[in-house]
Amino acid sequence: MDGYIIATVIKAVLVLSIIAALAGFGTYLERKVLAFMQRRLGPMHVGPYGLLQLAADGIKLFTKEDFIPSGANRLIFMIAPMITAATAFIALAAVPLLPEFKLFGVTVKPIISDLDIGILFVLGMMAAGLYGPLLAGMAQNNKWGLLGAARTAAVFLSYEVVTGLSILAPIMIVGSLSLIDFNNYQAGGMGEWLIWKQPLAFVLFLIAGFAETNRTPFDLIENESEIIAGYATEYSGMRWGMFFIGEYANMITIGFLASLVFLGGFNDWGFLPGGLAIILKVSFFFFFMLWVRASWPHIRPDQLMWLCWKVLMPLAVINVTITGFVMMV
Amino acid sequence: METFAFYLFSILIVGLFCVTVMSRNILYAMTSLAAGMVLISGLFFLLGADFLGVVQLIVYVGAVMALYAFGMMFFDATGTVKENNTPATTVFLLGGLSAVVLVVIFAAPAIGGNVHALYPTPEGATNPQAVGLVLFTKYLIPFEVAAVMLLVAMIAGIILAGKKMDKSLSRMKDESAVSEKDVK
Repeated sequence: MDGYIIATVIKAVLVLSIIAALAGFGTYLERKVLAFMQRRLGPMHVGPYGLLQLAADGIKLFTKEDFIPSGANRLIFMIAPMITAATAFIALAAVPLLPEFKLFGVTVKPIISDLDIGILFVLGMMAAGLYGPLLAGMAQNNKWGLLGAARTAAVFLSYEVVTGLSILAPIMIVGSLSLIDFNNYQAGGMGEWLIWKQPLAFVLFLIAGFAETNRTPFDLIENESEIIAGYATEYSGMRWGMFFIGEYANMITIGFLASLVFLGGFNDWGFLPGGLAIILKVSFFFFFMLWVRASWPHIRPDQLMWLCWKVLMPLAVINVTITGFVMMV
Repeated sequence: METFAFYLFSILIVGLFCVTVMSRNILYAMTSLAAGMVLISGLFFLLGADFLGVVQLIVYVGAVMALYAFGMMFFDATGTVKENNTPATTVFLLGGLSAVVLVVIFAAPAIGGNVHALYPTPEGATNPQAVGLVLFTKYLIPFEVAAVMLLVAMIAGIILAGKKMDKSLSRMKDESAVSEKDVK
């Protein structure tokens, strides 16, 4: 029992530090990739190819004044960024990150808590993460913040339905809610991937994932061209940083979910070992999100709701119904 | 370990719901309500009912989010809500009720030993399977009735909200401008 607790604590600390570092590195990658797509150079001056820009940004964030506006609800204002960051990492607790491997003769399972309802837990925790922007927007006594909070509630209530319904069809096929079962179901190579059986669910899940992680076509809760910075208007320093660590960690989580559920997870892929395969898949999804950001404009809130309720949700329901019929026959 | 977690969760839940009831600030009230609902799912996890725990999490996170939307529309989130004094009879009744609830809570361990599961978990079934088996055999009719009720509520909501649904929101402005002119 003690060994189990110690192993879990070690895994949790490792996941927390590695994903937080990757989330920081993600900002550098995002600027580089966007610059590449827009034929610019991006950060170049600090260190070789601007690699130390990350450290410079970190120092700036840590030393900046932590400003709390007068008239704001201080307690909620201070808690809100922690909700975003914490739930993003709690969601990762139920995600199997790599295949099992042996270290010093001990089999290591790279999952912090193997729940048999893993996928629901991850989605529920990521949904709870939206309380961060909501509370931040409402607590800061700023009109732009309040608009951001109102949009958060609207976005959340719209896409959450699509996420649940789109993931339902693969759950019906696999017959389990455990992410490890999803992975094992697709063990037979590339032909067994669920994306071939459920292409529509994959597209719907990705679209809902973009809304969930607040990425560009749907980043209307902090759309700087319309509402300054939305929920983050009054935030500075490390509290602002926590929102962004949370957002990038959520992007990584969505990448893991999409690869585990639809793209074969951490099974060996041809000559590639499983661990490398899933890292490549997650990197592709991360790149895909930046790619979409470089090529698509924002959409308006009413367009997002129109899309979610009138297009995506009926499609998801039809998909679930057809899957059910095919499975019964 | 489990006892410790149970008492931690219980104290936090009771404390948070007390804040929900006592606080005059709408933001504190709703935030503590949401946090309390999330912590209740912790109790389900402690009991080994993982599926119900996650359902509690997902359902109440969404439900309280809708409550926030109303709170945002009706109240100033950073100020306090002015309340009227509650009548003495209500206070008396609620106080009496909470006293009864307290007595029942402290008497519960005495009768707790006689409680048996009506439908024990089948051997080898995972958590969602066990819930599904009971739901679709023993409780099928209540389940369907609840579904029909939700459908009715949804249709009523659509009818109430959807009077101008066939018109585009961005074009509705012109129409209202015209009608204003007519009024003048």
